[in-house]
Amino acid sequence: MAILQTQSLKKHYGRIHAVDGVDLTTADGEMLAVLGPSGSGKSTLMRMVAGLEEPSSGDILIDGRSVVGIHPRHRNVAMVFQSFALYPHMSVRDNIRFPLVSRKVSRAEQRSKLDWVTGILEIDDLLDRRPTRLSGGQSQKVALARALVRDPELFVFDEPLSSLDAQIRSQARAELRSLHDRTQITTLYVTHDQLEALGLADRVAVIHNGVLHQVGTPRALYQDPADLFVAGFIGDPPMNLLKMGDTVLGARPEDLFREGEISEPAAVTLDVEIDQVEFLGAESLAYGIVRGGLPDAGEQPPRVILRFRQEAEHHFQAGERGRFVVPRSRARFFDRKTEQRVAEPKGVGA
Amino acid sequence: MSAHTASRESRSLSQRVVEFCDRPRVLGALMFGPAVIYVVVFVAVPFFLAIGLSLSDATVGSPTLNNLVGLQNFYEVVHQEAFVIGLRNSLLITALVIVCLLVLATAATELLARDFKGKRLLQIIFILPWAMPVSLAAITWLWFLDSQFSPLDWVLVHLGLLGPGGLWGPASHAYYLGREWLGIASVVVVDVWRMLPLATIIVLAGRLSIPRERLEQATIDGARFMRILFRVIIPALAPVLIVAVLFTALLVIGEMSMVALLTRGGPGHSTMVLPYWAYLKGIESGDLGQGAAIALFLFPVLLVAAVLALRMAYRTQED
Repeated sequence: MAILQTQSLKKHYGRIHAVDGVDLTTADGEMLAVLGPSGSGKSTLMRMVAGLEEPSSGDILIDGRSVVGIHPRHRNVAMVFQSFALYPHMSVRDNIRFPLVSRKVSRAEQRSKLDWVTGILEIDDLLDRRPTRLSGGQSQKVALARALVRDPELFVFDEPLSSLDAQIRSQARAELRSLHDRTQITTLYVTHDQLEALGLADRVAVIHNGVLHQVGTPRALYQDPADLFVAGFIGDPPMNLLKMGDTVLGARPEDLFREGEISEPAAVTLDVEIDQVEFLGAESLAYGIVRGGLPDAGEQPPRVILRFRQEAEHHFQAGERGRFVVPRSRARFFDRKTEQRVAEPKGVGA
Repeated sequence: MSAHTASRESRSLSQRVVEFCDRPRVLGALMFGPAVIYVVVFVAVPFFLAIGLSLSDATVGSPTLNNLVGLQNFYEVVHQEAFVIGLRNSLLITALVIVCLLVLATAATELLARDFKGKRLLQIIFILPWAMPVSLAAITWLWFLDSQFSPLDWVLVHLGLLGPGGLWGPASHAYYLGREWLGIASVVVVDVWRMLPLATIIVLAGRLSIPRERLEQATIDGARFMRILFRVIIPALAPVLIVAVLFTALLVIGEMSMVALLTRGGPGHSTMVLPYWAYLKGIESGDLGQGAAIALFLFPVLLVAAVLALRMAYRTQED
């Protein structure tokens, strides 16, 4: 267990600022997801923590001790790559033992560590196989075993689920979480998939263009995005962002209600023309154009997405027109220029 | 119907030729033809001609296969001193060249697989020996290894290793090409110098196909350079190394130009190799039969080596 901390961490490649001043601190034993679109700098951040890249400036601390300039070998940071990077010509046993043999650990200790780790991951029957004869899920377990066997202070996962088949991904996610709960090793989990980040991590750090936008629990990120980028990035479909003069109104698709459906005072009342409805099983999505109700909306009538559950009283049809309210407790406001979250402006809801 | 036939007739001749050639059987024959012709004319015919010649008493003066003498040519060739030396030298030189190439090509690959300033320039310098005409290279090396004017000798003398009171005797010349083992060593050095670019390119191609993540994983796993090299890189390179060995072995063992240009097999027959002796016997001395017999002698060895190497390469890939 350990606390990882980065202090104004920067990495520049020529004029490209891959990581541009990131301050991030994990709790001890926490699973922290670093979430961002591709090219956001999350991989560079992870590689600097593992020691594969040197920062241009700033510091990386593990338990208060700077690791910048320390070779990956001496960092005690274990990493699981997206491809799992198993050594193809070695048996599973030799793959798992490789970090121990490289560190000149005694044979007796190698054996006990191997027993321990194969027990945890339930891979005893795979030990004599070659990596080419493993399924995706098995490869992942072997890669995890190889990372775990050295008793690392810190785990770094690089999109560990994205090379697995969709069917086994949710199971693998649950196993990953249960492994973390048992070992309590501080974990940095890098992903572009918000479902993985929100569903798995204790906290999520959203990074974009090398800048950290928000760190918080999945619930906080979803309910109270700190700025327009997080608001538009988290959630599928994303938050509706509607221009109202100098501010932007943010409302989740499930936070638009039919007028009269709830008694709470409304931030805005929108006149929406629905032009498309998608059936998704437990819920449906309705796509519409805002025809009225927004002050200073601009020339283009904005589009909104509405989410309603199957058991809702009214099922919308394409071509239907209706009035929808966003309750004041659900409405979020952002400044158009700074893109930051702001308090509810005066005059709204009047 | 009539419109259909009309359109068929209206097609131009060239269109018809193109369509004819597009049929799978015709196309296959066309594509395959040149290779077959090449193999028949330049490989199969000379090969069987050589077998015929080795069983006859043909000479340059009367190059006919009328008088077959059985295995007499082989018998006579084997019982000459030059043959034993030539066989030994051929195998020895090939083995030494391969060992040197494996080590140097792997080392050079590790260098060239990295990013550093001036890498392009180094690559160009590195490839030069392969691009240089053999005769030009030989002139340079002849000067380097000259009995009187060798700059190597000059350096060694100034280092105090050669010359009166030097570590290696009182003579101030090493006579690289005038002594048996120095001569063989010189041939090996020059062969390695010439083959290294090719071997390195083959190995480098394999090295660059190793996923970077695997090497980074090994670094994170705590392995030092030598462990990564021997436990991660070389096992992944094995199929490529086998191909490189096979390739260079076949090139070196069949090659006579270095010996011909540097030592002419001398002094005596001490640096003779079989291909050069076959040339001397068959062409210079005019005994086509014995020349062919010498040339054919290495064939079974090479065939077995090639088949084995290819099988090993396939097996490693299947793993």
